[in-house]
Amino acid sequence: MAQRTRSQQADRIRHLLETEGEAIHTHASASNARRYETYGATDDIEALRAEARSIKEDAIDRLPDLIDTVKNAVEANGGTVYVADDAADANAYVSEVVRTETEENGIAGDGDTPSVVKSKSMTTEEIDLNDALEADGIDVTETDLGEWVLQVADDTPSHIVGPAMHLSRPEIAELFNERFDPDEPFETAEELTRFARDHLGERIRAADVGITGANFVVADSGTITLVTNEGNARKCAVTPDTHVAIAGVEKLIPTLSDLEPFVDIIAKSATGQPISQYVTMLSPPTDSPTLDFDDPDEPITGDWESAEAASADGNATGDRDFHLVLLDNGRTDMREDDQLRETLYCIRCGACSNSCANFQSVGGHGFGGETYSGGIATGWEAGVHGQESAAEFNDFCTGCTRCVDACPVKIDIPWINTVVRDRVNRSGDPESYDFLVDGLTPDVEEGGLDPGKRFFGNIGTVAKAASATAPVSNWLADAGPVRGLLERTLGIDRRRDLPAFQRESLVDWFEGRGGPEASSRRAERAAARENGADLDREVVLYPDVYTNYVDTDRGKAAVRTLEALGVPVRVPDLPESGRAALSQGMIATADRQASKLYAALAEDIDAGRDVVVVEPSDLAAIHREYERLLPERSVEQLRTNSYEICEYVYGLLENGADPSALSTGDGAEPVAYHSHCQQRTLDLEAPTVAVLERCGYAPETSDAECCGMAGSFGYKREFYDLSMDVGERLAGQVEGAETVVASGTSCGDQLETLLERDVPHPIELLAPGEYRT
Amino acid sequence: MTADTVGRFERALEGLEVGLERVSAADARERIETIAQEPAVGAPLPFEGVSLPESVTTEPTSAELEAARTGVTPVGFAIAEYGTVAVESTATGAEPISLYPERHVAVVAESDVVPNISAGFDRLAEGFADGRDSVVFATGRSATADMGDLVHGVHGPGDVHVIVLEDR
Ligand code: SF4
Repeated sequence: MAQRTRSQQADRIRHLLETEGEAIHTHASASNARRYETYGATDDIEALRAEARSIKEDAIDRLPDLIDTVKNAVEANGGTVYVADDAADANAYVSEVVRTETEENGIAGDGDTPSVVKSKSMTTEEIDLNDALEADGIDVTETDLGEWVLQVADDTPSHIVGPAMHLSRPEIAELFNERFDPDEPFETAEELTRFARDHLGERIRAADVGITGANFVVADSGTITLVTNEGNARKCAVTPDTHVAIAGVEKLIPTLSDLEPFVDIIAKSATGQPISQYVTMLSPPTDSPTLDFDDPDEPITGDWESAEAASADGNATGDRDFHLVLLDNGRTDMREDDQLRETLYCIRCGACSNSCANFQSVGGHGFGGETYSGGIATGWEAGVHGQESAAEFNDFCTGCTRCVDACPVKIDIPWINTVVRDRVNRSGDPESYDFLVDGLTPDVEEGGLDPGKRFFGNIGTVAKAASATAPVSNWLADAGPVRGLLERTLGIDRRRDLPAFQRESLVDWFEGRGGPEASSRRAERAAARENGADLDREVVLYPDVYTNYVDTDRGKAAVRTLEALGVPVRVPDLPESGRAALSQGMIATADRQASKLYAALAEDIDAGRDVVVVEPSDLAAIHREYERLLPERSVEQLRTNSYEICEYVYGLLENGADPSALSTGDGAEPVAYHSHCQQRTLDLEAPTVAVLERCGYAPETSDAECCGMAGSFGYKREFYDLSMDVGERLAGQVEGAETVVASGTSCGDQLETLLERDVPHPIELLAPGEYRT
Repeated sequence: MTADTVGRFERALEGLEVGLERVSAADARERIETIAQEPAVGAPLPFEGVSLPESVTTEPTSAELEAARTGVTPVGFAIAEYGTVAVESTATGAEPISLYPERHVAVVAESDVVPNISAGFDRLAEGFADGRDSVVFATGRSATADMGDLVHGVHGPGDVHVIVLEDR
């Protein structure tokens, strides 16, 4: 697939926001809200997630064995297993099965078209099974209502669980009225459903072969598990006497007991239900009698005396056929790939999509590839359809990490996206604008990288240069011709305010006021005045790019707060964390920066100093991503000794420091607080809320998933409209509040743009000397 | 099982808008007759002293199955926590009978109501060991939101009643 240009991409996003956005948002966010509720009401949810993950790790590890095991089990039951290498192989096999079965039953040959009913299966979407069967003259009917609507509309799924999520009821009604021309036009969901029931019921009763997917396959008993709410999967599986189940090889789990945590968690993650309406466990061929609706007077149970006898020894009634098609289609290679392997743990619940603010706005037709959609689709598409299919939409992932908390098997979806982005970067053609970025960015990434990515990935270097030339650089950056150039070359949308660089960096400010010695004296005086806790701590405040060059106020507030609580501070000039580079998929650059930062901090850590970080995404890099970049011991050291600023202040207060030295509220002073995606994933929202409460405020937290800005995302021209759409949902939640605070720089920027007022970091509210708006 | 477990089962079913009635073996037949709208089909009940009412057709033909408004089946066990009944695939047709008609009446012995999913999986494992290895966990009514609003009873029953047989 050819990659779209930036403006094509922007147009497409705008179109999706207008046409599908509303329906998607209604459904995805409702499922997401129910998931929160159900996860919250499940006592052992973390244990359940951990167990599910470890079963998957083990199963993928033993995959070749499990394939042998399931072959033996299914064959012992009287069924057949076929391992298909790729889509063509799988389709040819299924087509052949349908032909043979219908010939045996005397259908094909006398002019009748063989007919197949299907239950929902993304795996069959992946291989375009319907098209292949239809090309072979086989009639296929989808029976899942959502899938059937798509079949009628000749559309593709926009969500792995709710395939027709992007269509509203009136749209479906219009479609059906046009296609089926009923006496009374359909209006309500009830009428549409009744019609579907009758129409599809007939198809199911007349079908020659039933095709289902499988949510899980228990290897040692050959049990296929189907999880649905409608009951159509059961009908497809047991009504026709031939059942074909198609599953990716990754669906295998070893034993029945391994199934339990998945049955328990899949609906909770997918729709927020405690359990799905129907969890069908079939070890086919089953004992259920076959149903021949063409022969209405035949008892369905046939000769059930003998049928009883047959089932008593575990054998089927004899006239059922079962085929399990296990699809490889790139999965074996994914298993060998250290970075993509985790994708195979996915149970396709769609929780990651529902939790994703961008997905909630554009849905899977924007945020998806040939088949799969949402965050994890990058891994799936790269694995089964190749990197180009993933490249199309990979940049929709802002790396906010909200999906990591949602995923029942704890897949680090943003990391998979980072890796694929890195690989896509490396495979691109060298572009001609490199000269623009070259001088600024002596990075180690190979050529061919999108200049916009190189620019944002090296934002530290850019910021340093811009700060040195501020305010000229600010003035220049705002000038029309320059904005035009930035838009054309780097893709920076001209509607977005650029960060204003400060002439004096935080590091320079700190040195200017006397450096660490002066800070020690201030802290000592404060400690003496408060005659409070003897804390004996010392802090290295990490000057991240934004705090150092753009939003120096929050850095200054952090310094003053710590000193007021009796803790001396240093603000050395430190290397970038690598967070910015990771966002652009520049892993080599991030890797180099991480090593440098570790080296620069090692001495302070050895000296017992605590590292305090203001920007949550930088802390997240250290706590989460560094384990992919640095030796374990180094990561451990950094992790145990680094804190988020409000988390650290909370610790100080808990250990006896007195908040009266700070700017406190009146006890119930309202403030709206937007945490930050990664801060929430790191469980750091609660300490900030607690600090605000201890200091006399009554914080109300936002529950919108994301501010829509997430680092460089909102600056990019192709994403501007999407960023604003997501941002408006957040702004709508907080706009009524007199004071709004946000922990992340980009969250603050976004809210300032939308609300047209100042949105400080909570630490600016708390720092001694009242915050003035 | 303890009265508590059945109580929990009842509450879970309430949330799913599924009725539960506790009846003694002696009264079961009559209760089923009241609940089962005709025409009704059924799979034989394997509980001692309990039989299906005359009005319920066993060994239905496919035409009778298609026409039936109610399907009455025994279930192997039930899971109180989620309000789930476990319908087994049997040669007597319990599975299609529970699936095709608009109303499903599920009959379960009180002693077969287990507290939670973990106990349910223990029962499942016992069944698998005995060769009863095709089971459906059915929880509430068939539902879909694919047509724009939640609607019950598209491919499966839109109406479910559970009868718990006491003293067993
Ligand atoms: S990645 Fe996780 S959350 Fe997303 S669909 Fe797969 S299992 Fe569900």
